[in-house]
This record gives sequence, structure tokens and C-alpha cells, in this order.
Amino acid sequence: MKVRLGVLVPLGLFVVLVGFLFFGLFNDPREIPSPLIGKPAPTFNLEELRDPEQVISNGSLAGQMYLLNVWNSSCVTCRQEHPMLMQIARSSKLPIIGLNWKESDWPEDPEVGRARAISWLSRFGDPYTKIAFDKEGSVGINFGVYGTPETFLVSPDGMILAKHVGAITPDVWREKFMPLIGQPQGSAS
Amino acid sequence: MTLLLRTLLLAFLVTTAAVAIDNEPAFEDPAMQARYDALIRELRCTVCQNQTIADSNASLARDLRREVRRLMEEGRTDQEIRDFLTDRYTDFVLYNPPVKPRTYLLWAAPGLLVIIGLGAALMVVLRRAKAAKDNPAALDADNETGSP
Repeated sequence: MKVRLGVLVPLGLFVVLVGFLFFGLFNDPREIPSPLIGKPAPTFNLEELRDPEQVISNGSLAGQMYLLNVWNSSCVTCRQEHPMLMQIARSSKLPIIGLNWKESDWPEDPEVGRARAISWLSRFGDPYTKIAFDKEGSVGINFGVYGTPETFLVSPDGMILAKHVGAITPDVWREKFMPLIGQPQGSAS
Repeated sequence: MTLLLRTLLLAFLVTTAAVAIDNEPAFEDPAMQARYDALIRELRCTVCQNQTIADSNASLARDLRREVRRLMEEGRTDQEIRDFLTDRYTDFVLYNPPVKPRTYLLWAAPGLLVIIGLGAALMVVLRRAKAAKDNPAALDADNETGSP
């Protein structure tokens, strides 16, 4: 009986360890949970990428639900995600607001980056209603962005409803975003 | 031999200083610089996840160092700067996890493991002592085949 207990203890510890490892398999360490979901979107006030005279801010976007897509032209996954954004722009009335983040790496002149981003859009298509140009990169940090692409769904009253890190695939769109967006766009909610 | 060792050590010290990642000018106040150095060594770079923002030359790490610098210049305390980053990136950015219900097990683990180990050792010792008392011959036999 005593011998059996001595065997059971290491066996129990082993089972616990395997349990931890097993759950570890389904945990993506690269995916940092966002503390911002359910909180107001950070305030920002940025130049439009294509039209520097125009200012984009939370205030100018309030009153409508929108998608905020963080991207830049040197990001490979953004390029992969791009056709899906084009399709969302065509099939949905939801405005897609771009946040062009880390386009220029120091010490490049941000205006060089701006030109590159614009030519990228003219080559592959432009799904964005508006694009905020985050030259300094600090708005991205306020949104807790750590890699592109990242996409936020923002409610008409400025709350962050969802965040997705990585490319939006049709599955992600259907399962993560569609249920939150609801069917008829522009209806009060 | 010791001379060679010293020379190597010295060379190593010199090279680590020369390859420092942060190329921003130092703070004028040495105390501020010390605080800054300590802070960036306990904040995780969120793109290159096994490096601190002091170690990483990723562009986001540079931006985060710049944010730390800016907050320090605004006169924020170390804790306020940590809070600023955890509000955006969760506790994940801290290399030194805070003690709270979710991390009790993490913090208690070393102590628990020592207790379990001592408990196991005590059990073995007691069992052997008992076996020695009951049957001294068996223990001798055990010792001869056992450890050196």
C-alpha cells in the first residue's frame, strides 16, 4: 500500500505537468491580450495620409461604428490581408479607417514614407475611408499595437469592441467581427 | 593565466559598452540616467519577446524607450511609467510580474517546491531509519549496492 502511494505522487505530478504543457499547445505566446477591449479608444489627432490638410481624430469619427486597421506598406501580412479589406470595403457600409503606423523607420523622412504608402495603395487598391498617418508612432503605442496588421472595431460611442492581431481572414471576419457588427449597417445601437 | 583572464574580462566589458543599443544622448542628471537604465531593463519588448527594450534594436523597442524617456521628463514616477505601459500592453510587458491572485502560484512555486523536496527527503530518511531499526542487515545490503 505504501509503495503504491510512492508511485502515485510522481505520477500525479507528471499528469499535472502534462496538463500544463497540453494547454500550452493552444496558447499563442505572441498574442498579447488587449486590455483595451470595452474601454474608450485612445484619443488621437493625426494628419490624413493622402490629404495632409485634413485632420483625423476620434471626434471626427464619432457617431458611427468603424474598423481601425493598423498597417504600413512594408508589412507582408498587410499585403496578404489587403484583398480581404478590399472585399469588406465593397460589401459592407462599415467605414475602414487606416492607421498608418511605423511606415518610416528612423532616420527616414516621414514624407518619403507617405509617398511610398500612397503608391502602395494606388498599386493594390485603397479600401480606406480615411487614413490617419502616425508619423511618431505614439498613437499606435496608445492603442497597444505591437505588430502590423492589427484591427480594432470601434463602436459609435468610441468604445473598442474587438481587436484582432494578424491578418483578417474570412473566418476571422465571420466569427469575430460579424456578430458584433450586426446586420443592417448604420442602424442605431 | 590570471593576466589572460583579466584581459579577456576587460575586453568583454569594453565590447559590451561599445555595442549598447540605445543611441540616445544620456540624461544630464546621473540619477535620472540610472532610473532610465533600470526601467528599460525591466520592460519587455513586445515584438521580440525574449528581450527587454534595453536589449532590443527593434524599432518598436526604440519607440518604447522614447516613451519612457518622455514620461520621465514629464516627471512621472517609475510606477506611473510601468502603469502607462501595462494599461496598453498588460502585465506582459513587465519582466518582474506583480504579486496578485493570478500570479500567487507563480510567486509561491519556488517555496512550494522546496517544501515538497524537503518533505520527500524527510520521508525517505524516516523510512530508511525505520527500516534500519526493523532489519539492520537489509540496510547494509542496500548500502553496498547503492551510492558510492
